[in-house]
Amino acid sequence: MNRERLHAMVRKEFVQMRRDPATLRLVLLVPLMQMLIFGYAIRTDVRNLPTVAFDQSRTQESRALVQRLTATGNFVLREQAESYEDAVHAVDAGRARAAFVIPESYARDLKRGRPTRVQVLVDASDPSSSASAIGAAQMVGQQLNVEIVQQRTGSNLSTGLPIDVRVRPLYNPALQSAVFVVPGIIGMILSNILIMLTSMSLVRERETGTLEQLIVTPLARSEIMLGKIAPYVVVGYVQMTTILVAGHFIFDVPMRGPLLALYAVTFLFITANLGLGLWISTLGRTQTAVTQSAIFIMLPNVLLSGFMFPREAMPPLAQAFGALLPLTYYLQLVRAILLKGAGIAEVWPQALALAAFAVAFFTFATQRFHKTLE
Amino acid sequence: MNESAVARDVVVRVNGLVKRFGDFAAVDAVSFDIERGEIFGILGPNGSGKTTTIRMLCGLMEPSGGEASIAGADIAKNPELVKARIGYMSQSFGLYRDLTVDENLEFYAGVYELGAKKAGRVAWAKKEMRLEEIGGRLAGVLSGGQRQRLALACAMMHAPEVVFLDEPTAGVDPAARRLFWTIIRERAADGVTMIVTTHYMDEAERFDRLVFLSRGKRMALGTPAEVKAQFGEHLTLEDIFVQLQEKES
Repeated sequence: MNRERLHAMVRKEFVQMRRDPATLRLVLLVPLMQMLIFGYAIRTDVRNLPTVAFDQSRTQESRALVQRLTATGNFVLREQAESYEDAVHAVDAGRARAAFVIPESYARDLKRGRPTRVQVLVDASDPSSSASAIGAAQMVGQQLNVEIVQQRTGSNLSTGLPIDVRVRPLYNPALQSAVFVVPGIIGMILSNILIMLTSMSLVRERETGTLEQLIVTPLARSEIMLGKIAPYVVVGYVQMTTILVAGHFIFDVPMRGPLLALYAVTFLFITANLGLGLWISTLGRTQTAVTQSAIFIMLPNVLLSGFMFPREAMPPLAQAFGALLPLTYYLQLVRAILLKGAGIAEVWPQALALAAFAVAFFTFATQRFHKTLE
Repeated sequence: MNESAVARDVVVRVNGLVKRFGDFAAVDAVSFDIERGEIFGILGPNGSGKTTTIRMLCGLMEPSGGEASIAGADIAKNPELVKARIGYMSQSFGLYRDLTVDENLEFYAGVYELGAKKAGRVAWAKKEMRLEEIGGRLAGVLSGGQRQRLALACAMMHAPEVVFLDEPTAGVDPAARRLFWTIIRERAADGVTMIVTTHYMDEAERFDRLVFLSRGKRMALGTPAEVKAQFGEHLTLEDIFVQLQEKES
């Protein structure tokens, strides 16, 4: 490794990046846009399902029940149905995602102390959006039962229950998805954009014929590789900072852990992705071929890393594949530091994994990249 | 060949060089020597093995057989030493179009580790290659002739002993071609060996010596006059070229 040669290479890459406004825009604006899109659009905490009520009882009691159900925030009453078929049809047609069916005898049965049956129909075709509605409906039912039993037995709320289970959500008490999603976006964007940019970089030199010229110079393979990635390390940090700051002010994403630790381990993550991008770059001869390989990596990055779907829910094969992605480890790490206030002491296993990825990908890339044209 | 001449200062030795792609021999046991300060031509129709020969000599491709050395360094055993002693100007010129003339020159100066000599060498290259007026211009907006001279400047930044030029004058207007040949002769007069491939026959007369390749084989070697004599005095180089091409098809 020669300092002067490396310096020339790094400097050239920076000048080229400065002269390429399209890439600069991509690098600066895409993270912001993606953060806004994902931050506002990804809501795993689905609320406000449009709801139709078929209230045959039409009493104070039945209206109180509907009131209790809608007060959970999971249901918004849109219309009253005139028949059971009406209610089901509204759900079938997609006008409503849930329906309350209250029998004509509801109030009467309650007063006489007889069991009565209330039906809540939920369109569960999208499981993640229906789960919280189903939970909320069951919760309302239980609470009402407890209250009625207490009224009848005359016991009071605080002493009446033998077991009082209280769940306290830690780290994200308001259970907002943005708080969980935005730190992940840092990892997803760094990974995808860096892989895309670096995978293009070597193959572009090959296509324009400048690689041929570089090969006849005394530049070492490692100098070409390092020179190629140096500007993108800066790009990575700029992107990360953008999302971090914007996420903090727009989505109230906390910064509980030491930021210095986050920036330090991010270096490992950036390097791992740049190594992966370079490796991809050595696998294809044209920009088109390389772009396709890059997309082949980007999709599992989004789907299998735990960015959108919890890895715990995946079948073993998908989990195993996810374990081969640097993003998987970085997500655990960035969420732990930002949301739980973890430091290096807690996240070193993930940091070690990222370092191993970085070394491995660079070795693969340098091995594959020969200083010949064949 | 002329092995008896003791005073010959041979800088490039090519001995039975072979390059196979599968069953196909792109270069088939080609041999020649080149002396210091010669303007040496490698001529032949498209696909005759000119570029493959040059690429092997520059260390861009590994030979399948035979041997070659440049300024005493064996191309197979010591490719990095070869790279430090040669300059190479490819058909595509290998310039960064989004860098200026100065930036391209400075980049190659750095890559060749010129250190303290850098500024002087960049100034020399700009003067000798007639680039002094356009240092701040992007390489992408230069004319063909300017781009060609910039490419030669980059290839000669580190004062190599031997310079390879692969089809340097393709797509360049006649006035710029004439200027380029003037520069090549000036450099050769300094003692730099210039090895040039071309398929422009009117340029063949400009070479001190040349080798004729066809289908990877050496068809003739010598001064333009010697080559003509070999094929018959009445023929011009152009006629020989056409003959070889017809034989091929």
